Amino acid sequence: MIAGDQASPEDVEKIRAGLGLDRPYLIRFFEWVGQILSGDLGTSIFTNMPVTTMIAQRVEPTLSLMIVTLIIAVGVAVPMGVVAAWKADTWVDRSAMAFAVFGFSTPVFVVGYLIAYVFALKLGWFPVQGYKPISAGVGPWIQSLILPSVTLALVYIALIARITRAAMLDVLGQDYIRTAKAKGVGQRRILFVHGLKNAAVPIVTVIGIGVALLIGGAVVTESVFAIPGLGRLVVDAILRRDYPVIQGVVLLFSFVYVLVNLAVDLVYVWVDPRIRY
Amino acid sequence: MAVEARTLAPPPGLKVAEELPDVIPARKPLKGFWGVVRRRPAAALGGAILLAMIAVAAFAPLLGTVDPGELAPSRRLRPPSADFWFGTDMLGRDLYSRVVYGAQVSLVVGFSVAVLASVFGLAIGLVSGTVRWIDGVVMRLIDGMMSIPPILLAVALMALTRGSLQNVVIAITLAEIPRVARLVRGVVLSLREQPYIDAAIAAGTSTPMLVIRHILPNTLAPMTVQATYICASAMIVEAILSFIGAGVPPITPSWGNIMAEGRALWQVKPTIVFFPAIFLSLTVLAVNLLGDGLRDALDPRMAKSL
Repeated sequence: MIAGDQASPEDVEKIRAGLGLDRPYLIRFFEWVGQILSGDLGTSIFTNMPVTTMIAQRVEPTLSLMIVTLIIAVGVAVPMGVVAAWKADTWVDRSAMAFAVFGFSTPVFVVGYLIAYVFALKLGWFPVQGYKPISAGVGPWIQSLILPSVTLALVYIALIARITRAAMLDVLGQDYIRTAKAKGVGQRRILFVHGLKNAAVPIVTVIGIGVALLIGGAVVTESVFAIPGLGRLVVDAILRRDYPVIQGVVLLFSFVYVLVNLAVDLVYVWVDPRIRY
Repeated sequence: MAVEARTLAPPPGLKVAEELPDVIPARKPLKGFWGVVRRRPAAALGGAILLAMIAVAAFAPLLGTVDPGELAPSRRLRPPSADFWFGTDMLGRDLYSRVVYGAQVSLVVGFSVAVLASVFGLAIGLVSGTVRWIDGVVMRLIDGMMSIPPILLAVALMALTRGSLQNVVIAITLAEIPRVARLVRGVVLSLREQPYIDAAIAAGTSTPMLVIRHILPNTLAPMTVQATYICASAMIVEAILSFIGAGVPPITPSWGNIMAEGRALWQVKPTIVFFPAIFLSLTVLAVNLLGDGLRDALDPRMAKSL
């Protein structure tokens, strides 16, 4: 594969020895773990660069994309779910939930191409593709991120909105909500202070779980919008069978995912003081 | 009593109310095919779309298609017309035929993954929920697998093997099994606390019999609902894998592959991307609607909250 079509058996043997593929699996696995613990993810087979350097170059676009997406998704989905629960079984609720089903069913790249076609090609409001680093100014940076983030946010919005609605419906049926209404607390205060605060645990949980969707979606979104991030890195690495890079990125993503969910567990204590560890 | 009372002559001027009919006619339950359609229009719509897609996939050669791999460089990138309903791609292949044949790949992947992941997940979940010492081992393994986002796990697995339909199914199945196993284990653990299980144990039922006769049937309803969602997600993952070049071989017309090929040209020829995209979204939507309907029917408690 690496040596090309006309490699002689000796060449193949030489490359195998160079990559250490002639030694037992178990030894290689422990060596690999040891390397990782000392902060070394190995060297790319294809570019011969350290994997850590390659990842470091690509972190900024992916991180920006995810953070902007997270802000958009939570900012849209939570109010949407709250309003849907407040207006349960009316047309507002129905259309919000219909939107959620559609959002859940439409693959990320379909949404990506659709909104890129409408807002970038036809209306020309945003750049079609590409990414501007934040060092080039916040304006161009955010402009290059709006379409990819909205694309990526859609699935996430659908997920969070559904759970928010369910959790809110549960809370709004409680006695203390009736008490609050009876003593004349305003509607908005009931929804957001009395309601949302007590419905927060499942919502925070699903935001954490949804980061998996975000990671998977980032791989695709970066391809659609030609953003040079980690997702593109892993896709290119797969096409070239560049295993150290694939391993490194998958490991990093899993690490982030575990870390986010740990953070979620810690946030529980803050939203619901009854929870103790 | 009422009958006796009426035999007495009513005082003059007093009107006796008309007797109520003996039996109040029951509201006719909505039964049969049209009943289902009326009670759950969304699920029925989903079922209809899904059936149509299955028909399209099954009868692909009869639907006015030509060979989806036939190259004709002289008629590249034609817009949709009477001859080429969806136009042609950059190699002059008929896009309509390719999209119709692409339905086969998506549906095969969706259904096989749903069935395989359910069977294996069910087995693992049942064993792990019943046998204490296996539970610890298996659940730590599953925790590890669940720490990798499913799409990424499938991508990593595909990087290890050659791209083929079979490998795609295996990769997505492996990525989905942990979720099913978790669900089944949870159901088993809560079922074990039920009095009828204690009664069965007291009556001397052996453990394998207990699992098969008393626990398994109760896990099937949540399983079936989960299976439809897995089917939908498998179709999306398959398309994503093909789209990034880690799925079925490029020569196979799958929706993901067609979109991957159209990617380079989508700014000038958006039709190549949009036709498979519409089919994919419709199919996934159909399966999701069906899943929601099933959930409402099989698990009314969940239905109320979601």
